[in-house]
Amino acid sequence: MADLGLYLRLFASQTRAQAQYRTSLWLDVVGSVLMGVLDLSAVVVLFRAGGVVAGFATAEALLIAAIATIGFAVADLLVGNMDTVRNLVRTGRMDAVLLRPLGAFGQLVAMDFQPRRAGRLVVAVTLLPIAASWAGVDWTGTRVAAVLLAVVGGSLLFGAIFTGTGTVAFWWIDSGEFGNSFTYGGRDFSTFPVGIYGSVFRRIFAYGFGLGFAGYYPALLVLGRADPLGAPDWFGWLTPAVGLLACLVAALLWRTGIRRYRSTGS
Amino acid sequence: MYLALARAGFRRYATYRIATLAGASTNITFGFLRCYALLAVATATGGSISGYDRPRLATFVWGSQGALAVIAIWDTYEQAERIRTGDVVVDLQRPVDPVWHLLAVDFGRAGFQVLTRFTLPLVAGALVFDLYAPRHLVTYPLFAVSMVLAVVVCFACRHLVQCAAYWMLDVRGPQVLWALLSGLLSGLYFPLWLLPEPLATLLVYGTPIASMIQAPMDILVERADHAYVLLAVQAGWAVAMVATARGVQRRAERKLVVQGG
Repeated sequence: MADLGLYLRLFASQTRAQAQYRTSLWLDVVGSVLMGVLDLSAVVVLFRAGGVVAGFATAEALLIAAIATIGFAVADLLVGNMDTVRNLVRTGRMDAVLLRPLGAFGQLVAMDFQPRRAGRLVVAVTLLPIAASWAGVDWTGTRVAAVLLAVVGGSLLFGAIFTGTGTVAFWWIDSGEFGNSFTYGGRDFSTFPVGIYGSVFRRIFAYGFGLGFAGYYPALLVLGRADPLGAPDWFGWLTPAVGLLACLVAALLWRTGIRRYRSTGS
Repeated sequence: MYLALARAGFRRYATYRIATLAGASTNITFGFLRCYALLAVATATGGSISGYDRPRLATFVWGSQGALAVIAIWDTYEQAERIRTGDVVVDLQRPVDPVWHLLAVDFGRAGFQVLTRFTLPLVAGALVFDLYAPRHLVTYPLFAVSMVLAVVVCFACRHLVQCAAYWMLDVRGPQVLWALLSGLLSGLYFPLWLLPEPLATLLVYGTPIASMIQAPMDILVERADHAYVLLAVQAGWAVAMVATARGVQRRAERKLVVQGG
């Protein structure tokens, strides 16, 4: 626990450093909020253009997107900079991280903590009740619980995906944008009803990577409707379990990766 | 000499084979995501939407996933970093106009990406989806010209974003805004014609960003018979943006203060 003070210091120094370039910081905050709005606006544009798509109206689709986006945004805020691991490995700066007497994972999280990433989270949290009331959701205790569990599970799941894809750099130094397929691609996947995807693609992402549980299945519980594809209702409660399982896999990958790390030497 | 610069640009990117594959695989994943989403919308409206039928939509998506690497839409870091560290001075001392110099290198890079990152997503898309092959022979050269203009417009826009570093040093803010606007307004996320009128027309013709993807893709899928109008608009934006980029570059050079060390 003595380490906690150190991490907090790293957080504080990061925040102070970023506040030095004021114009850039503000553009960044505005950009982050706008990004949240525009991400979700793609859902609105497509569903407005199509009317009812794959059995879902615009409001229902927005609810799916809002739940999934909250999970993604929390993970992005906390461990989103795991996709910079590849830069550290490539430039050899990972050595410095490993030499310091603090856990590597914690350092990486604290080293590039970006409060401005909160914009997307703010947008999604605001949108959730709006989309729900538009879709005519009748809030009961069970439905509130379903949303909360979905958000916790979704954050764990996306956090695991960020970490897991970050570790790819330990094996594959020049992996470039490879991880984006699963982090940002995963976010895009989970903002739509899974019924729109072709069956092979859907199975890989919705079940293989668990992304159907980030927004779609919990949203069905909240909307009180059955899955047009025939999945049972209780799927909506599985999100935390899926998130934990994903974290377990990511932790294993991370440990193996760190142990396997060889400096690039430059 | 510009040819030599272009060749160097080509060779530099050809070195990173694995990164090219990684990038293409990401484009392919997003191709699937966007393609399924748009096709579901088309299904909901009875097979075609805003002048695109299903094969045209699929071709639009897979073509744009390939084109985004050719124009390097999100590649806004290197020059900004050189400005921040002061390395840019070396570039400015060369007896070449910096904008033309960088553009030549960029053409070399684009040439390499056409062979790899443009082709791979299109092949992947063609394996799974029904794509649209242009009916008119003239579309192929028109599309090629359109892509060249798209590369120029995108280069000039990215150069402007990076030039912000001359004034602000930390350009993460402008970079984020650019990443955002360029994705949405270029037609990468969805064809701009899906938006309500008159917004769609305004965006397609009124911003340089639409000249980067929307215009070449509309020409490729022969959406309407106005390929020449699109080309003219693209050419106009190319001239305007390169002129702006050079103007800003000249002002920036006067403003530049290199930090010692």
